[in-house]
Amino acid sequence: MSTAKVEEKLFQNRYKVDTGRPHISIKDPEICTNQCSSQQCAVCCPAGCYTQEGNGRIVLITDGCLECGTCRIICDDHRNVAWEYPRGGYGILFKFG
Amino acid sequence: MAEKFDVIVVGAGPSGNAAAYTLAKSGLKVLQLERGEYPGSKNVQGAILYSDALERIIPDFRDDAPLERHIIEQRMWMMDDESYMGAHYRSNTFNKPPYNRYTIIRAQFDKWFSQKVQEAGALLICETTVSDLIMDDDRVIGVQTDRMGGSVFADLVILADGVNSVLARKAGFRPELNPGDVALAVKEIHFMPQETIESRFNLSGDAGVVIEMVGKITKGMMGTGFLYTNKESLTIGVGCMLSDFKKQAVSPHQLLEDLKGHPSVKPLLEGGEMKEYAAHLIPEGGYKAIPQIYGNGWLVVGDSGMFVNSVHREGSNLAMTTGRIAAETVIGLAQEGLPFTARNLAAYRTALDNSFVMKDLKKYKNLPGIFHSNPQFFTTYPDLMSQAAQTMLTVNGIDKKSKEREIRRSFTHKRSLFGLMGDAFKMWRAFE
Repeated sequence: MSTAKVEEKLFQNRYKVDTGRPHISIKDPEICTNQCSSQQCAVCCPAGCYTQEGNGRIVLITDGCLECGTCRIICDDHRNVAWEYPRGGYGILFKFG
Repeated sequence: MAEKFDVIVVGAGPSGNAAAYTLAKSGLKVLQLERGEYPGSKNVQGAILYSDALERIIPDFRDDAPLERHIIEQRMWMMDDESYMGAHYRSNTFNKPPYNRYTIIRAQFDKWFSQKVQEAGALLICETTVSDLIMDDDRVIGVQTDRMGGSVFADLVILADGVNSVLARKAGFRPELNPGDVALAVKEIHFMPQETIESRFNLSGDAGVVIEMVGKITKGMMGTGFLYTNKESLTIGVGCMLSDFKKQAVSPHQLLEDLKGHPSVKPLLEGGEMKEYAAHLIPEGGYKAIPQIYGNGWLVVGDSGMFVNSVHREGSNLAMTTGRIAAETVIGLAQEGLPFTARNLAAYRTALDNSFVMKDLKKYKNLPGIFHSNPQFFTTYPDLMSQAAQTMLTVNGIDKKSKEREIRRSFTHKRSLFGLMGDAFKMWRAFE
């Protein structure tokens, strides 16, 4: 149980993915690679949407996003996250909430 | 949608529903916009419903609201890796109607509340995200939505758009949230047979238990864990300050996994089927973090206005109360034929100041700061308490007086006498 991957958890959730229209984006990927040593988004996003690549780049895939706002707020040193809610009806659909 | 409304309410959570319901019932023309497929589909809460706030809006809510269990027992656990030290309070007086609080499942509850709003006469449109406020000089005159031809106009816009407060932020009414002013909570819901829950928690009928947990489970961060009993499911979750998550680089998902694996928690979840994983921010900055909540043509209610009493784990009741008071302020102005200017809407703030909402938040205004700069309340003390209990309860031939000395020494060693006295004073001042 304690080794469950976050992907396995997200698999239980219902989503309506807005294909090709991510609601969150990294404003300038260079800032993540060259100016941000902590890259806390990769640790603190509860859905694991941000991953660190070997070359220092951060890759963001918003499909599993829980729309909490964590990534935008913790990026307070660089303000490098462009964050909007998904279009109406898209994104996470909580069955229980 | 060139139609004009008296009021547009953005969001169909507890604060938006309370506002829209109260406004529509008074006969005002209300449009409510919700970005989810249905009200509740974007909303997350523990969740405990406190009856009083809802009773003041819908007195007979118990007749048909989807309620899970009324709470008859509250457990507080201080935990280290192996143990918990608990204070449990259970009373049969909590088992007599009308019940004071219930566990609820928000997706179901919000749908029910929204039905009441629509019956009261408000127009609800779902699957519609409001992207911006439409301004005329410094006055809000409507909202821009992501629907075709998506401008809608109203004399007043009530922002019930939740903790991220996107609209007020974009309009420049408030700054970005500070990581030290919000907690991130993650939770899961585990389904199991009703009888299993009742035997595990010593319950019968619709009675329920809540457990609040502090200590090592938050890995030195300021926060709490919780476990709530629903009818046929348990909710398990943990929340800590976002600034702490950032500083300590803890994965929220792993934090929850570790809590679920705690030897005191694991048996309670045994055999359950996990059906949803959710995350949500809670505005816990308290009184000092409350932004501007009114202006020309706009009001802020609920989480968007930081109305959460983190000390008492109250949020949705403050949301409903601020929604109701906002609506009552607006109705009062409309009846006198007064415009919704900042000057007139200031009555909302005054009414809140005179209500339990601001009085309670003001009472604890220094507490978030004290906990931030004194993490020992969440780390050292739970640890010491657990050790003390273990020392006293282990029978090993050492006399009790020596054991007491050992416990005293462990406290002054970890925290010094001045530290202990200082902490006691700080807590006394904060709760005074």
